[in-house]
Amino acid sequence: MTRIDSVKDPEGLTLTVTAELTAPVERVWRLWEDPRQLERWWGPPGYPATFTRHDFSVPGRSVYYMTSPEGERHYGWWSFQSIQPPTALEIEDGFGDENGEPTGDIGPGLFTVTIEPLAGQTSTRMTILSRFSSPEQYEQLTAMGMEEGMKEALGQIEGILAED
Amino acid sequence: MVVLELSDDEVDAIFHALADPTRRDIVARVIERERSVSALSERYAMSFAAVQKHVSVLERAALVRKERRGREQIVHAQTTTIGKARRLLDEYEQLWRQRIERMQSILEEGDPE
Repeated sequence: MTRIDSVKDPEGLTLTVTAELTAPVERVWRLWEDPRQLERWWGPPGYPATFTRHDFSVPGRSVYYMTSPEGERHYGWWSFQSIQPPTALEIEDGFGDENGEPTGDIGPGLFTVTIEPLAGQTSTRMTILSRFSSPEQYEQLTAMGMEEGMKEALGQIEGILAED
Repeated sequence: MVVLELSDDEVDAIFHALADPTRRDIVARVIERERSVSALSERYAMSFAAVQKHVSVLERAALVRKERRGREQIVHAQTTTIGKARRLLDEYEQLWRQRIERMQSILEEGDPE
């Protein structure tokens, strides 16, 4: 199990998650820089992410979609506010259309990633500070996560039943 | 949002209330201890009416409650609602924790290069 700590600030609606990863800083950076690696961890299980654009620069944008188990595509975008390889980046993240244009009045969220080496350079501390800007954004994000949790549980039950 | 014992309208009210930095600061201060509206308005270099308005938004979201004491209006924190806001964050935290677990599994596969 990875060591993960988090601090919640309910008044400010921010969340800070800190993790110790067993890889050097440059390797962790590639998880963000390389879209093929990014899409393996960004979407929740059952909602794999596909990045159709990933301009890893400032100003630069990414466009992605997460595919629901029913095959529906939920589009999102990133806008890079700051990139300091290989230690810091700041990303605005929101929902959008297939061209990555922000849609509706769902405000974007902002998250700041800090990556720093730990003693011996073989492991890395990654800190993610995120802040919500609207309840709609929050609900869409978590609704996907919750649904996925249910589906996963159901899938496991089906798997067990199929063994008989 | 059933699991959080909050209706959609309540969630909306909480987010709207906390979207403003002055209102977040008011909540943080009244959690510390109760404050009068006039004491708060001195702090923010804002009119009494402006602070009164912010407090009303927080009241509608049930984050604070107001009590009249003589000529003063005293603002208290409603800790149960603040606790619910904390639970909203719990779910988001899970999302990130899962992401980090997936990152670690990718890292454990070794370097592709």
